[in-house]
Formats: sequence, C-alpha cells, structure tokens
Amino acid sequence: MFNWLQNFADWLIYSVFGISSETHLGEALNFFVNDTLKIFLLLFVITIVMGIVNSYFPVDKVRNFLSRKKMYGLEYLFASSFGVITPFCSCSSVPLFIGFVKGGIPLGITFTYLITAPLVNEVAIAIFAGAFGFKVTALYVGTGIVLGIIGGFTLGKLKLEKHLSPWVQGIIANAQTEEELLEEKLTLWQRFPSILKEAFNIVKGVAIYIIIGIAIGGMMHGFLPTGFFEHYINKGQWYAVPLAVIMGVPMYSNAAGVIPVIQVLVAKGVPLGTAIAFMMGVIGLSLPEAMLLKKVMNWKLIAVYFGTIAFFMIVSGYLFNIIL
Amino acid sequence: MKNIKVLGPGCPKCKTTYNNVLEAVKQMGIEADVTKIEDIEEMMKYNVLTTPVLMIDEVAKVKGRIADVKEIKELLSK
Repeated sequence: MFNWLQNFADWLIYSVFGISSETHLGEALNFFVNDTLKIFLLLFVITIVMGIVNSYFPVDKVRNFLSRKKMYGLEYLFASSFGVITPFCSCSSVPLFIGFVKGGIPLGITFTYLITAPLVNEVAIAIFAGAFGFKVTALYVGTGIVLGIIGGFTLGKLKLEKHLSPWVQGIIANAQTEEELLEEKLTLWQRFPSILKEAFNIVKGVAIYIIIGIAIGGMMHGFLPTGFFEHYINKGQWYAVPLAVIMGVPMYSNAAGVIPVIQVLVAKGVPLGTAIAFMMGVIGLSLPEAMLLKKVMNWKLIAVYFGTIAFFMIVSGYLFNIIL
Repeated sequence: MKNIKVLGPGCPKCKTTYNNVLEAVKQMGIEADVTKIEDIEEMMKYNVLTTPVLMIDEVAKVKGRIADVKEIKELLSK
C-alpha cells in the first residue's frame, strides 16, 4: 500500500541527492523521508475520519447512550469502543468522570472508558500504522479495547465508591439519566471545515514530536547494526516488560515522538511485546492525569486505578512476547 | 455587555482559549465580562464533559477544543 512512498524515498535520496543506499547516511535519510511522509499522510486521513465520526457521535451522546440502556455486560464493550472513537485529552478526564457518574453510569464502566480513551486515540493509531503496519496496529487497538474492558470490570468489582471524594459521592447518590441534547442539524458539508481545521490543529500539535522521533529513529536505523539491542533486551528477561511500562509513564507528553523510535528498536532486536508494553505505558498512563484525578478520588483509589491498568499492560506485554 | 466564561482545569488548551477570548474582545473593542472557571465543582454545574468549554451568555458554544480568535469574534458578533 505504501510502496510508492518507498519508491519516492529511494528516488529522492539515492538518485536526486546521489547518496548511496550502501551508506549509513543514505539509509538514515531514506528512513526519515519514507516514515515522515507515511506517518503524516496517515495522521491526516485518520484524524479527519475520526473527526467525522466524532462530529456525529460526540461524547455527550456516548454518555446518554451508556446511561439509558441496560445491556447485560455489553456496556463494557460499548464503553471501551466509544473510548476509541472519541478524542481525549487528559485534562478532560475529570469533567468526563463526573459527567459519567452523574448520569448514573456505574464506576466500572466509567473506568473502562477512561482507560481506553487515552490509550487508543487517533494520533497513536496513525503513528502505529505508519511505523508498524496495520497488523500490529489492529493488535494494539484490540488489546486497548480488551484492556479497558477487563480493567474497568475489575475496578468495578472492587467496590471503590467509598474512596471517591465526598462531593462526588453526593453526585452519585443523586445520579439521574441526562436530559435531551440540543442537536445541531448540519450536513457533512457544513461540518467539514471545522473537522478539517481540528484535524489540522491535532497534526500541528504533535508534528514536532513526530519529526524529532523519526529523526532519532532514522539515525538509529542507519547507524546501528541489526540485532543491536537483542543482547540487552530480550524475551528471556522477566523484568523487561514491567520495567518498560513503568519507564513509559513519565514520557507521556512525547508519546507521538516515542513510537517512531520504538519502531527502530523493534527492528533492531527488542521484542515486540516489550515494546508494545512500553508504548502503552507512555500513551495510556500519565502523571498529569493522576494529579487531576486527585480532585475526585483519594490517592488510594488513584494507586489502585493506575496499578490495575499497569498490571494488565504488563500481562499483555508478556502475552505478546509469548505468541508473537 | 457579553458574559463570557472559559471552563477548564488549567490545561494548555484551556489557557489558549482564554487568551484567544481576551484577544478577540480586545480586537472588537467590545465590553465583556470574561471569567475563567478552573474549579471542578463549579465547572460541573454547567454539565460539561470535555474541556475547554467556551460559554457566551450562559450558552456553551465550543466544547472540547480550542476556539481561535476569528471564530470567537464570529460567535461574539452574532
């Protein structure tokens, strides 16, 4: 599907610039051109598609849908899938949390949404697809959805309501299904300019991280020998996966730049499961989010919440290392 | 006089929106009462799910994204 981009990169670097494919520099530059074009192309397409979906199905509707229907367990699947299609910024986590429990949505389902929403977002999907191809991306998205379901379900069973801040408990006691939404009746054509603008803003916001990430990745790709990391990080080390998840947490703000680097690490010998676990830690767990959640729950619940997610990320890391 | 509120827990997006509002008001030379609501409990009274939210005269006009100066000016001139 992206052969033409590779052909373009080959032509540009090897023919136009006349840098031999045999040199480290040639390989690094070729990687940089190919990856940058591929990732930005995917990023635009995916943010626009997600923008269209979201324009017709905003988070308010998700909340009303989840609070009205009784679905015998399927609501976890829905909450997790909705987490994929709605955009999410960690600063929205608290209003979202309150809004959900206020609508009578159980804590477990709220957590499911809160786990999947940041973990599987349009930027991550696009960069994953560009860096690792569609198969690994599907695996990542699928794992994100399952992780949200299992994580939320587990947290729901732990009866954690007592660890919420008193004012939040008051809200839960007075929970009610939300009122009707005022819906804008706009055609796709009318919606499109703002969708396009928003997509452009998203891409603009992460562009610098991606370019830096690909540049670092390109250097490593060109200059490090294949299998370089195999010696340091391999499937035999049991501690590599948990360590990868924990190391990922503080890197949240650079998530967009981390994936292209990891792509090269995998190509040079790091096990894919360990790499996916690391990226999940980067994308799905963030310290700013923990700080914000402090306003609605106590430290104990935050620790349980993050601990549960981290635990399942580690499990998926091991699982991938075994099956892949 | 317009009553403008920016709701958001102090994330970069919320600050940008707030600054854009100030800029729009300045450019238009209108009188407006601009407030920034950062307290979560206060914010939840307005029933928001995503932040930042831009409210003009108690109506949520923009939710969950940054509104730029041009857009705010258009909203204010309505």
